[in-house]
Amino acid sequence: MLLFIINRLIQAAGAVVVMSMLVFIGLYLIGDPTAMLVSPEANDLERAAVRQAFGLDQPIWMQYLTFVGNAARGDFGRSFLTGQPAMQLILERMPATIEMVVVAIGFAVLVGVPLGMLAGLRPKAASSKAVMTVSILGFSLPTFWIGLMLIMFFSVYLGLLPSSGRGSTVSVGGLSLSVLTPDGWRHLILPALTLGLAKAALIIRVTRAATREVLPMDYIKFARAKGVRPRRVVGVHLLRNILIPIVTVTGLEFGQAVAFAVVTETVFAWPGMGKLLIDSIIILDRPVVVAYLVLMVFFLIMLNLVVDILYMAIDPTAREKVRD
Amino acid sequence: MIGTNSARAQAAENLLSIKGLKTHFATRAGVVKAVDGVDIELAKGEILGLVGESGSGKSITGFSILGLIDPPGRVVSGSMTYNGKDLTALNEEGWRQLRGGDIAMIFQDPSMTLNPVLRIDAQMIEAMQAHANVNRAQAYARAREVLVMVGIPSPDERLRSYPHELSGGMRQRIAIAIALMNKPGLIIADEPTTALDVSIQGQIIHEMKKLCRQVGTALIWVTHDLAVVAGLADRIAVMYAGRIVELGTTEEIIENPRHPYTKGLIDSVPSRSTRGSRLHQIPGMTPSLLNLPQGCAFRERCAYAVAACGDEPLNTIEPDGRAYRCWNPLGGPRP
Repeated sequence: MLLFIINRLIQAAGAVVVMSMLVFIGLYLIGDPTAMLVSPEANDLERAAVRQAFGLDQPIWMQYLTFVGNAARGDFGRSFLTGQPAMQLILERMPATIEMVVVAIGFAVLVGVPLGMLAGLRPKAASSKAVMTVSILGFSLPTFWIGLMLIMFFSVYLGLLPSSGRGSTVSVGGLSLSVLTPDGWRHLILPALTLGLAKAALIIRVTRAATREVLPMDYIKFARAKGVRPRRVVGVHLLRNILIPIVTVTGLEFGQAVAFAVVTETVFAWPGMGKLLIDSIIILDRPVVVAYLVLMVFFLIMLNLVVDILYMAIDPTAREKVRD
Repeated sequence: MIGTNSARAQAAENLLSIKGLKTHFATRAGVVKAVDGVDIELAKGEILGLVGESGSGKSITGFSILGLIDPPGRVVSGSMTYNGKDLTALNEEGWRQLRGGDIAMIFQDPSMTLNPVLRIDAQMIEAMQAHANVNRAQAYARAREVLVMVGIPSPDERLRSYPHELSGGMRQRIAIAIALMNKPGLIIADEPTTALDVSIQGQIIHEMKKLCRQVGTALIWVTHDLAVVAGLADRIAVMYAGRIVELGTTEEIIENPRHPYTKGLIDSVPSRSTRGSRLHQIPGMTPSLLNLPQGCAFRERCAYAVAACGDEPLNTIEPDGRAYRCWNPLGGPRP
């Protein structure tokens, strides 16, 4: 088990190195950030000075090696734009994104799994058909449109919930969180719902398909033949077996949502990482983009590790494979 | 031992009594009459072999007794009483209490019957807690006890295992142990040895018989293999196209089959005397249950068919309880 985790961490390190190289080369090819850094009226001498100050006059491999050397000490460079350390800039914004995504995915699972099971258990019931139809809308409609409609209804029409910002936050160990204040929650509901609806729709469909697949299995019929109460047949025998696909999809969607929450963040002016990334890409703020992608690669690999550990908790045959 | 007909006629003493059971499946192509008028009388502690080809309705009969027919299937008519209790009048909770409590079932494929993600102890304990108000420790003790009964070594270790860590034979023994948990009056075994090695098959059959005799549990052993039940059952019922076409004591059925279909089944069992020669096979195939031919369903495959077979054969019941549905029985009509 420990060996398995160490193995995964080594893999993660390798992936981070490869990723950083690709991003570095990619951004180098896209263009020269000097134009962004100096005023349009600057002469060649001033430009050269700026280039030198940021190390942009060096050949690319030299720049990369300098970056790696600094990164190894935890220094990912400073933003070309603000001059703040790039990693700090990202980490300041990360809690906002993570908490929005956690609430969104939590909502998606809490709504999606029961509805999906219901639709799978009674595929012919009118309620199940309604759930399935709505779920098609759920992941067909674009996120920004859902977000705008929710703002129209809850903020503009009913005036119940705020349409933008994080509201009041509480600082816990250096991380500022909205989930701990009532006002923060009021701000969090709409963006989380926007992001969560499409995820819920997907989880409904996966859960339903898994339920339909497991239900005709002999072990379900055998459980019934033992006289096990229906609630336990569904809640233990069925649920434990459909969890594997559900955990897979939820893990993937969680990673997706964290890395690409930018649409929702933009609609609700939610000060998360997604918006920072897009801004940094536009102005070719290389240190921020590289630091962001390195962080995301690391995060996604960690997420996969968590999913794998969950598999082992759910599926005894998965445990066996790790032991071998 | 097997009671004579006069003894069995006291239906009140019978454990299970089924009359005119019909289980039909409404499919898009039409109504499949999987079980079409089955009568079974079973005495306490009796072992009945229910024999037939695939699609003869033998498994569906077993599931009907436990109320485990899923849509589009439905028990459309017939009466079923167990220990004087009218099963057709049961509600869902009544059925639940019957299943695994009064009547237990063992399935065909042991690799599929145990839940792969639950430990054996959980699957055994829940079987007991579904029927008796016992705590975990009491249920565990009983689980351990029945595992020893079915001949499983180091039961504590097995109870901590997951199904995939055990062999097929071991899993089927555990399924049998689960069936025995609540000391049921009747066990329905649906081809429980078909998926196992021949050597393990023999052991399981032997132990099953021993256990049922010991505990006094009645047993309905559903199989397509006449040879399996020949050494096990007190009586044999042969099913064909949803009906019992012949019923009698094991000895009578094997030695002196009256229905040509039963004879066909017996002749197709390989034995020492048929070594080297071609095995007999019944010509043709089981007719589609969607549109059975008029009259005897076996008529078109039968070498003994006569003109009368165009009409529905009556169920001839002899004084000793021997019964068959045939217009032209082998050995001729008895005086």
